[in-house]
Amino acid sequence: MHQLATRIQESFSDGFVGATEWRGDVAVTVTRDKLHDVAKFLRYEPGMDFDYIVHVSSVDWPDDEERFEVVWEFYSIRKRHRIRLKTRVSESDCVVDSLTDLWKGADFMEREVYDMMGIRFRNHPDLRRILMPDDFTEGYPLRKDFPLRGKGWRDTFEFLDEIPR
Amino acid sequence: MAFEDQRTTIYKVNPEHPESETLPTLRTEELLLNLGPQHPSTHGVLKVILELEGERLVKSTPVMGYLHRGVEKLAEDGTYHQFIPHTDRLDYVCAMYNNFAYCRAVEKLLDLKVPERGEYLRTIVAEVQRIIGHQFWLGAQALDIGAMTVFFYCFRDREILLDWFDELCGARLTTSWYRIGGVERDLTPGLIDKLKQFIDYFPPKILEYQVFLEKNRIWLGRTKGVAVISAEDAVNFGLSGPTLRGSGVDYDLRKYEPYSAYPKCEFSVPVGKNGDTYDRYWIRVMELYESVKIIRQCLEQMQDGPVMADVPSVTLPPKERVFTNLESMIQQFKLFSQGFQAPPGEIYCGTEAHKGELGFYIVSTGGGKPYRLKIRAPSFIHMGAFDHMSRGYMISDACTIFGSYDIVMGECDR
Repeated sequence: MHQLATRIQESFSDGFVGATEWRGDVAVTVTRDKLHDVAKFLRYEPGMDFDYIVHVSSVDWPDDEERFEVVWEFYSIRKRHRIRLKTRVSESDCVVDSLTDLWKGADFMEREVYDMMGIRFRNHPDLRRILMPDDFTEGYPLRKDFPLRGKGWRDTFEFLDEIPR
Repeated sequence: MAFEDQRTTIYKVNPEHPESETLPTLRTEELLLNLGPQHPSTHGVLKVILELEGERLVKSTPVMGYLHRGVEKLAEDGTYHQFIPHTDRLDYVCAMYNNFAYCRAVEKLLDLKVPERGEYLRTIVAEVQRIIGHQFWLGAQALDIGAMTVFFYCFRDREILLDWFDELCGARLTTSWYRIGGVERDLTPGLIDKLKQFIDYFPPKILEYQVFLEKNRIWLGRTKGVAVISAEDAVNFGLSGPTLRGSGVDYDLRKYEPYSAYPKCEFSVPVGKNGDTYDRYWIRVMELYESVKIIRQCLEQMQDGPVMADVPSVTLPPKERVFTNLESMIQQFKLFSQGFQAPPGEIYCGTEAHKGELGFYIVSTGGGKPYRLKIRAPSFIHMGAFDHMSRGYMISDACTIFGSYDIVMGECDR
């Protein structure tokens, strides 16, 4: 196991779920209740120093009991290492802690995850849709059960009649 | 007086003079102004709701998504090869770098090595694209502020390179020239000659752009000290590229995580000091010189060889073989209709595009299609810092600020 993952495991023995290293990418999965603590550890602990947030993303696994996987990727500009932090949530209770208090850049990224996958972020300052329109009622487009062509909302748009010549 | 107080207080005009009591009272209140979505300097379709105190920005809320086309959803429906043309449409002024970033990500997923000449060609074309991107930015940003002349000079030189692209791959903007495992075709001797001519012709022209702007007092007044962001905040907001380096953070993936032929070239990464619009401009201009340097070194070092990795299960056969050889045609047909089998796993691969770190996070469960593909678009993340950076500046600076990110809405909204 990578030394970064080992340190997280040592510090958070009860929240640590697993770690993988593939193609040079280190990914650590933690439980949802420990997520904010682990993130804080990554941000401020000497030797970790992850000052840069790369992206926030989410993956839908419809067959799993804990359906959604939320993914954060961090980089340390000082130490030049990166890590991927993951947690799983179920569909009935898809809420995770927001990390906007640690990285301000997480604001828009988390809003996008909410917009696209419907995962809510606790303590987020302004959790609204960001790419889809506010009156979009079809749900969350990046979920696997959302059809590629949409659910028919755009077929209901009214168009102006052609101008008579 | 704090903004909230001023909004609710009703005060008399000139209270020191008693005669003013007869005058009507002035009420101050916040003013909401919609900038966009149809505004010439929003670089696409972007709306920003500005809360104003007089002419000062108190808060600004970007409203995005007008150009959202669901590219990430579309990626899940096609093979890895089929997604390359979609990446052209992300940042449509710099398609080559998007292709590059995407192909690198898939190569990381497949653990594929590109032959040396292929890497050199990729670097050359990527740097040509960086020049085009910075020229476009320079022209458009000066135009936003009102300096029109430099726009024409930038576009004059940009046109030469776009014609060069046209000859290279048949398209000026939506190029799709990169392939997974290499590039679509080699440079012809004619193209190499044209590029050599261009890199001799170009450096004096950069000086020309600089003279137009750096001797222009109005332009200087509108960029120096405007939209200042500290290094700490810039890192915290996840800014990247020239926007981050303008604040003095030396973060460039070409140096930090060297890829392609960059480690074989000598170049420096310009870093700013003040974190204002002027520094971001200066970095981009200096990068033009550096790009010329990189192209020159690559052209000198480049040796003959294949431009595409030879892994028949993944990479496409050369076009001449497809038209003359049955097996190659079948190979091409199978790769485009079914795709190749990627191993299960997940990777993130970031590339230093001219706007910032353009990254692809790909989750694969095996099979020919990505299970999930997430694009880390620098324009989108830069817009997250817009509210922070615009507070306290004038309305007219709003365009300067998002102009200084080099924002392209196709990439921002995906």
